[in-house]
Amino acid sequence: MSILVIAEHDNSELHVSTLNTVTAATQMGDDVHVLVAGSGAGDVAAQAAKVSGVGKVVHADADHYKDAVTTELSDLIVGLAGDYSHIVAGATTTGKDLMPRVAALLDSAQISDIIAVDSADTFKRPIYAGNAIATVQNADAKKVITVRPTGFDAAATDGSAEVATVEASAENGSTKVVGRELTVSERPDLGAASIVVSGGRGVGSAENFKIIEGLADKLGAAVGASRAAVDAGYVPNDYQVGQTGKVVAPNLYVAVGISGAIQHLAGMKDSKVIVAINKDEEAPIFQVADYGLVADLFEAVPEMVSQL
Amino acid sequence: MKILVPVKRVIDAYVSIRVKSDGSGVDTNNVKMSLNPFCEIALEEAIRLKEAGTASEVVLVSVGSGDIDTVIRSGLAMGADRAIRVDAEDDLEPLAIAKILKHVVEQEEAGLVITGKQSIDGDNNQTGQMLSALLDWPQATFASEVALDGSDAKVTREIDGGLETVALSLPAVVTTDLRLNEPRYPTLPNIMKAKKKPLDVIALADTGVDATKRNTVVNVSPPEERSAGIMVESVEQLIDKLKNEAKVI
Ligand SMILES: Cc1cc2nc3c(=O)[nH]c(=O)nc-3n(C[C@H](O)[C@H](O)[C@H](O)COP(=O)(O)OP(=O)(O)OC[C@H]3O[C@@H](n4cnc5c(N)ncnc54)[C@H](O)[C@@H]3O)c2cc1C
Repeated sequence: MSILVIAEHDNSELHVSTLNTVTAATQMGDDVHVLVAGSGAGDVAAQAAKVSGVGKVVHADADHYKDAVTTELSDLIVGLAGDYSHIVAGATTTGKDLMPRVAALLDSAQISDIIAVDSADTFKRPIYAGNAIATVQNADAKKVITVRPTGFDAAATDGSAEVATVEASAENGSTKVVGRELTVSERPDLGAASIVVSGGRGVGSAENFKIIEGLADKLGAAVGASRAAVDAGYVPNDYQVGQTGKVVAPNLYVAVGISGAIQHLAGMKDSKVIVAINKDEEAPIFQVADYGLVADLFEAVPEMVSQL
Repeated sequence: MKILVPVKRVIDAYVSIRVKSDGSGVDTNNVKMSLNPFCEIALEEAIRLKEAGTASEVVLVSVGSGDIDTVIRSGLAMGADRAIRVDAEDDLEPLAIAKILKHVVEQEEAGLVITGKQSIDGDNNQTGQMLSALLDWPQATFASEVALDGSDAKVTREIDGGLETVALSLPAVVTTDLRLNEPRYPTLPNIMKAKKKPLDVIALADTGVDATKRNTVVNVSPPEERSAGIMVESVEQLIDKLKNEAKVI
């Protein structure tokens, strides 16, 4: 049987996390299909058809798929599930919201946030904020899985799959999106950036966060933050890196004024190179840093910007 | 309206966990156990809705052995009116928990379920969504704001791109994110009062749920350690290392 990957998109662009999810799916079986459910999302279906490793794109278009509301998508996916042994999505907020509903409707125990595929039924996933890795074997007929994007390389985009249109499911209508406040930024996407500069409580204010942004812009980096910085209102919630925020694994992660709590480390310790700038030499962040600098961030960061 | 708040006992968020050397799991002996932080937030929200006159009763429910009673009492001390424990082994899978909760929701005729978005041990982030699927109720996950107006709910959700507000009608399942509220600390008089609040125990068999596990944990291992790095003396040295040694800028 085939593998169905649920594409994430905004009706015009395929989200990068879907490329990582496809890579994971190809390790579960040979025949990978991608479902693009959206409203006027023909361009996304065309982009999905180009993803290497994809055998077929299944496209369903309806007004009620516009906002990727879980109660709408889950009905569609459950209707298509008969043909598939695995149903897979990225462990993004969209996938995390959607897939357990799909799993329960199919009476499957979901496997969340996998970072490795050992075989078609056995997967590795972090537990306890990444302080342990569990290898889990699942006995369900249909495996419902979310994939941690940083655990898998992005698939290439030199494929050419066919696009098949399927009928949309009836509108459920129970839940409507009535507003969105999305962070608009010229900077790279936090989840996919090759360099991330994050600030913590040590930065002290929203105003001071400009220092962090200045360094990020000099490096062409995305900006992240600790929970303390988000809670204090220095930056919006979607900047949060950690156990309950985003998981990132860039080539370079620069932690500024962040102490290094386990919940923060859970979101960044798989970065290739970690730099920590903190005035407290005892800060736990230095235990995971490749390069540590004990300094006042208000001096060190502007100095870095001027020297780069 | 009655609000049901499913809660879980977990190893305290600030304890460094230890993986057992035989690879069978994480050591839970003699470590501090607490209410899962997201469940505390769920409970706080429910209590506030009761204080505002929107809810009539807050019922806490948890699934596990008698070992979890201490943590259930701490939830009663925060302000839940009563509690139900479904007596079962301590680490059932989210799907089984959701099925058990469905039974309790129907018995209690709850109008709203508020629960944490994930528990910080298994990090599954499944139970609330599964419960809403089984009940065929709408769901609003990762809530940072909940506004109720009669049976209409508006919930602001923390999503990857920022914030999203959804409208749905009750009954529904809401799961909480970190910024929904700051849970209160139980006061001493409330801790005393909690000892006398009802804690009913239901046998798993009475729920009619087959809780057989679908997942076998083959092995649990510690993550790869990062090898210790070096301390640099100056910004200049740092930039030099990043350019010439790590070659990342
Ligand atoms: C259930 C749960 C989930 C959580 N999830 C997350 C999560 O996803 N992500 C997350 O980040 N946290 C999370 N946390 C919170 C986490 O435990 C920490 O509280 C948080 O990460 C601390 O943020 P911080 O390092 O910015 O602040 P602090 O711990 O206060 O550290 C501030 C640091 O700044 C340094 N500093 C201060 N001034 C300066 C200066 N002028 N120059 C240089 N250094 C300076 C200090 O030395 C200190 O080390 C979670 C907690 C719980 C309970």
